[in-house]
Amino acid sequence: MNRAQRGAAGSRGLGTMEVKSKFGAEFRRFSLERSKPGKFEEFYGLLQHVHKIPNVDVLVGYTDVHGDLLPINNDDNYHKAVSTANPLLRIFIQRKEDADYSAFGTDTMTRKKNVLSNVLRPDNHKKKPHIVISMPQDFRPVSSIIDVDILPETHRRVRLYKYGTDKPLGFYIRDGSSVRVTPHGLEKVPGIFISRLVPGGLAQSTGLLAVNDEVLEVNGIEVSGKSLDQVTDMMIANSRNLIITVRPANQRNNVVRNSRTSGSSGQSTESSLPSSTPNILGNVLQGEEESDEEDIIIEDSGEPQQIPKAAPTSESIESLSQIELLHESTQNGFLPSSELNLTHSAGSISMEYEVPEPGHKSLEEDGTIITL
Amino acid sequence: MRRFLRPGHDPVRERLKRDLFQFNKTVEHGFPHQPSALGYSPFLRLMAIGTRSGAIKLYGAPGVEFMGLHEENNTVMQIHFIPDQCQLVTLLDDNSLHLWSLRQHGGASELREEHRFTLKGPPGSPPSATQVTAVLPHSSREVLYLGTESGNIFVVELPSFRVLEDRTISPEAVLQRVPEDNCSRRSCELVEVLREHPKNPDQILIGYSRGLIVLWDLQNNKATHHFLGSQQLENLYWQRDGSKFISCHYDGSYTQWPVSSDNRQPEPLENTVPYGPFPCKAISKIYWQTTKNGLPYIIFQGGMPRASYGDRHSISVIHGSQQTAFDFTSRVIDFFIIFSSDPAAEFDDPSALVVLAEEELVVIDLKSAGWPAVHPPYLASLHCSAITCSHHVSNIPLKLWERIISAGSKQNIHYSSMPWPIDGGTNIAPDPPQRDLLLTGHEDGTVRFWDASGVCLHLLYKLSTVRVFLTDADPNDNMNTLGEDEWPPLRKVGTFDPYSDDPRLGIQKIYLCKYSGYLAVAGTAGQVLVMELNDEDAEHVVDHAEADLLQDQEGYRWKGHEKLKTRDGPVRFEAGFQPFVLVQCQPPAVVTSLALHSEWKLVAFGTSHGFGLFDHQQKRLVFVKCTLHPSDQLALEGPLSRVKSLKKSLRQSFRRIRRSRVSSRKRRGGGGNASEVQEANAKFDQDALQEMELAPVQRKIEARSAEDSFTGFVRTLYFADTFLRDSSRHCPSLWAGTNGGTVYAFCLRVPPAERRMDEPVRAEQAKEIQLMHRAPVVGILVLDGRSTPLPEPLEVAHDLSKSPDMQGSHQLLVVSEEQFKVFTLPKVSSKLKLKLTALEGCRVRKVTVANFGSCKTDDYSENDLAVLTNLGDIQIISLPFLKLQIRFPCIRKEDVSGIASCVFTKYGQGFYLISPSEFERFSLSTKWLVEPRCIVDLPEVTSNNHVHSKSGPENAARKSSPGDCGEDERKSGRLMEHALLNDEKVLKEIQSTLEGGR
Repeated sequence: MNRAQRGAAGSRGLGTMEVKSKFGAEFRRFSLERSKPGKFEEFYGLLQHVHKIPNVDVLVGYTDVHGDLLPINNDDNYHKAVSTANPLLRIFIQRKEDADYSAFGTDTMTRKKNVLSNVLRPDNHKKKPHIVISMPQDFRPVSSIIDVDILPETHRRVRLYKYGTDKPLGFYIRDGSSVRVTPHGLEKVPGIFISRLVPGGLAQSTGLLAVNDEVLEVNGIEVSGKSLDQVTDMMIANSRNLIITVRPANQRNNVVRNSRTSGSSGQSTESSLPSSTPNILGNVLQGEEESDEEDIIIEDSGEPQQIPKAAPTSESIESLSQIELLHESTQNGFLPSSELNLTHSAGSISMEYEVPEPGHKSLEEDGTIITL
Repeated sequence: MRRFLRPGHDPVRERLKRDLFQFNKTVEHGFPHQPSALGYSPFLRLMAIGTRSGAIKLYGAPGVEFMGLHEENNTVMQIHFIPDQCQLVTLLDDNSLHLWSLRQHGGASELREEHRFTLKGPPGSPPSATQVTAVLPHSSREVLYLGTESGNIFVVELPSFRVLEDRTISPEAVLQRVPEDNCSRRSCELVEVLREHPKNPDQILIGYSRGLIVLWDLQNNKATHHFLGSQQLENLYWQRDGSKFISCHYDGSYTQWPVSSDNRQPEPLENTVPYGPFPCKAISKIYWQTTKNGLPYIIFQGGMPRASYGDRHSISVIHGSQQTAFDFTSRVIDFFIIFSSDPAAEFDDPSALVVLAEEELVVIDLKSAGWPAVHPPYLASLHCSAITCSHHVSNIPLKLWERIISAGSKQNIHYSSMPWPIDGGTNIAPDPPQRDLLLTGHEDGTVRFWDASGVCLHLLYKLSTVRVFLTDADPNDNMNTLGEDEWPPLRKVGTFDPYSDDPRLGIQKIYLCKYSGYLAVAGTAGQVLVMELNDEDAEHVVDHAEADLLQDQEGYRWKGHEKLKTRDGPVRFEAGFQPFVLVQCQPPAVVTSLALHSEWKLVAFGTSHGFGLFDHQQKRLVFVKCTLHPSDQLALEGPLSRVKSLKKSLRQSFRRIRRSRVSSRKRRGGGGNASEVQEANAKFDQDALQEMELAPVQRKIEARSAEDSFTGFVRTLYFADTFLRDSSRHCPSLWAGTNGGTVYAFCLRVPPAERRMDEPVRAEQAKEIQLMHRAPVVGILVLDGRSTPLPEPLEVAHDLSKSPDMQGSHQLLVVSEEQFKVFTLPKVSSKLKLKLTALEGCRVRKVTVANFGSCKTDDYSENDLAVLTNLGDIQIISLPFLKLQIRFPCIRKEDVSGIASCVFTKYGQGFYLISPSEFERFSLSTKWLVEPRCIVDLPEVTSNNHVHSKSGPENAARKSSPGDCGEDERKSGRLMEHALLNDEKVLKEIQSTLEGGR
């Protein structure tokens, strides 16, 4: 797909493309290199910059060849917009908080006059309240209790979703001993316990873990027989998508299921757990496991000759955020963009790409140079 | 996916794995840590060393080595070989005795523990009654005499360790005929030494600690002579003919005593304080060796003037007018003299002095003028300066090997040419399959080249980088500059010198190209030296270049150590590796990674601030790259801040110790007036205890962030000729991996050979990969189109490797501490990965590619990754599919320095330090196995003579002694022995029947 696009863009023989961007009543005009459009996020940043609205969340749309107003919110539709714009790319920007989602879609531009009249004379038509369906990036995975249906009631499996939050994981573990039911009766065995929760940390704020909860598994791997240091390393290695199975110290808040005759007698199920759960978990976690980390590659970023292309709007460098971005890119060589990641269907990814988001993949493989 | 690919389901592969992999710890190289005892058998010509951890090691001819370990892990106090036997007895500090023997098994000798025994006194007796202080294996080989702290001498039978109670020599019996004024019960406290008469096995000399010496007649069970020494006794030594003996004492004196039948209580012949007249230290052991020319060798340990030289560890040799006090840098554990063991010889005629010091073995040639040292073929002191890094090079080309040996031989001219005098046993191990070098870098700025091909780790050559720099210590400051008339005539011997002039000289990284003889060495103060092997001495200027790794990061201040000052002008270098260029990193932080490409003539180096590339042909810096994260203050400021915190914590812990000591002492004292303090202390202790209980060991769980410290620390550098930019053209490239999980790839343009000096080498950054798990990158490797690791530089040129497949697509393997990842090249996309830490909770500490050959067929071999984890396990992981093949526990996980010191070889062997002075060698391969295999036989001819001269009188004694069990059989046996003495076969038969009868 991408290759064809590039070919098409190249055949036009145009190095640059004109962009006309409208935000509220203001228009901005600038140009983009058609063959190297870059990423959506950079484009978004550029729009914020040229309109001088650095900290305003906006929705970006464009008019396609059919005159429809279509959204630009990821690399794919951004590239589509760039490749199909002829000769001018018309951009419409709305504030997110007063965004009119109905504006997007087929025939939207033919209804444009109406839209405009709606805006101009809001009292004329009392529009019926619209059901707002959020954009995917507005969702955020959150920490949760999972696998309630397959675990014994005395256990709790917690996913701490670190991705996308600034909160520290914020908990400590220690060695301890717990009592297990074995064929030989009750036996004291060493175990790993949560020893402390950091105030304001992810673990504490979710309320899903508590001090003295015994850690039984980390991302599907049993911790029995492992040292405190090993479990620490395992947790840190999985820190971006940490799934801990615990036996809560407080057993009164357990979920009582109807299928069980008695919710409180968890001992019998517990002894059977080690053999059964890892396999179940294996199934559950498999698809998600790959989504937790995607490395970043930067090609040729060290070349000094690439830097001039980096700022098409270099006439207005006074923006602080822009300078910071530039600094980041030259010092580290990459944008801290992974933090703004999208939710995506993790199950569909079978391979790991060297890009922060799957949508960027095709772009990366072309060896595109990142410019700002 | 993983659940479908569980390993171990393919029977063919499982069988192959058995043919390829096998774990063995094969041999310990170096010098035993904390030696505590020494023994020597002149009959077997084997030496035994015991250690404080209960190990016992036997050494003979090079390659003849045995090791045993006492179960108790207690200190070995004494080692005694049973005369004329392949057996020895050890005494541990728990007062247990152990009998070891060398038995042939499967074509080779093995050291095995046969019996153990602890002397038990009568019920109710104090433990000192049976605390063994002296051991004498009698030449009859049937009994051991055990002197004890109580003064009793017990007799135990061998090998059963049965106590022969009726033969116990009690102090009461000894004192019977001693004159009243010298007779007190106390004079027989503690048996210091037992010595058998050299000619008459029926007489033993008993030396008591307080100075009394008694000649005891075993036959008649009575003391025949009393020697009334007044000084505290240290040791005794018989002269060869048995007419005199010599005693040495606590006050630094030695005394000669005559033994004759007419005087039962003789006066000393001579009493000497060799280093008098001022008070001297004890002489703890003495030898009196006779020679043909009449001048004896008197060799003794200690005796130095207490005030001025009391701290020296010395052994003095006096021979006529010659006198030398060999001065050791570490405590002398024990020593022995190698002399003529032929009992028929008239004189001792000593040939060598063997000294076991705490940190090294020193052998002095007593035959050659000047008494030079002998270069030991084993027991090398690896730690003569602390080892800071090691590097192994397999399969050295013969040419380079010979050049290194020749350079080394020029350094060893002061050694004696005497053949190694401890030469018992026969090495039957096959010749080592190839020539291997182990290079160790040391704290004092030296690199030592060891022959690691076989069982004996042997020093070939020593390289010092110190000459390049100006240090505080004057290099001409020779330890041996004492003038001719100095007294005492001390002479420094040995190589152990743990004191580094300047810690900045320490070697951190070594890289040797075995084809070109280029060597790169990098150190603690950011110095990188490139050297070339030169067979001649040379004087030249070392070119000097600076690499400013902070470049655009202005305004930061390095608070660590300064760089080393260099010597101006030409420097004289001895034959061997001679530095020709010095690259100085700025700031002068420790060099953390190093790579050398001898074909492109490039050297890459990295520190905690960044990395650089230097063209050593044109002597030009190609580029530097700063890898520093702006927030990483620690790396910027250097190690100083951390040192401070360490100091602080040390101080705190000392304070804690002191406090607890004070409080416990007070409690014990328990004075009434101190009750208040006591109470407070008790309260404090209680509080401390509570605090301990409240704060157990806990670990913080936190995701790694980009801001963590030392993310810029360059962990690995790698040169590869691969497809970096597009799949049609390959080019030289440099890869670097950091502590923060970043991989940088630089495309290099190296001019062709004919224009190599004219055009500059150019470099451009082509790629940067950020691993999102941010774990330190510890290894980078490119696999060719056949998934084979790229060959080393010049390997193909020397026809030692197939040229890499440049047609198929290359792959990049990045090993971080937590994961293994394979990426495609030139378009970087992820292909495969193995998550180690997430699954097992362990981290990669060392990784290398090793070639494993099958033990069944010669034509199969494969490349795998050998990985050492922080838990001390070794894992073998297949290439290129990253499947765990096998796992072996190797090092205890608590042994952090052992894990840090591990090096793998290219053929599946490895070394790690088990103590500061010893490398354990291990093998992962079924094919390449270097282990000692040797035979020790009883030398038969000498045995016959011995039996004759020693057993004869013993027999006589037995005959007349009543109440000796088994008398009759023995009598007949011995009589026949006399008759048939000249027939070896018959004699052997008799011996065997005798042994059977017992």
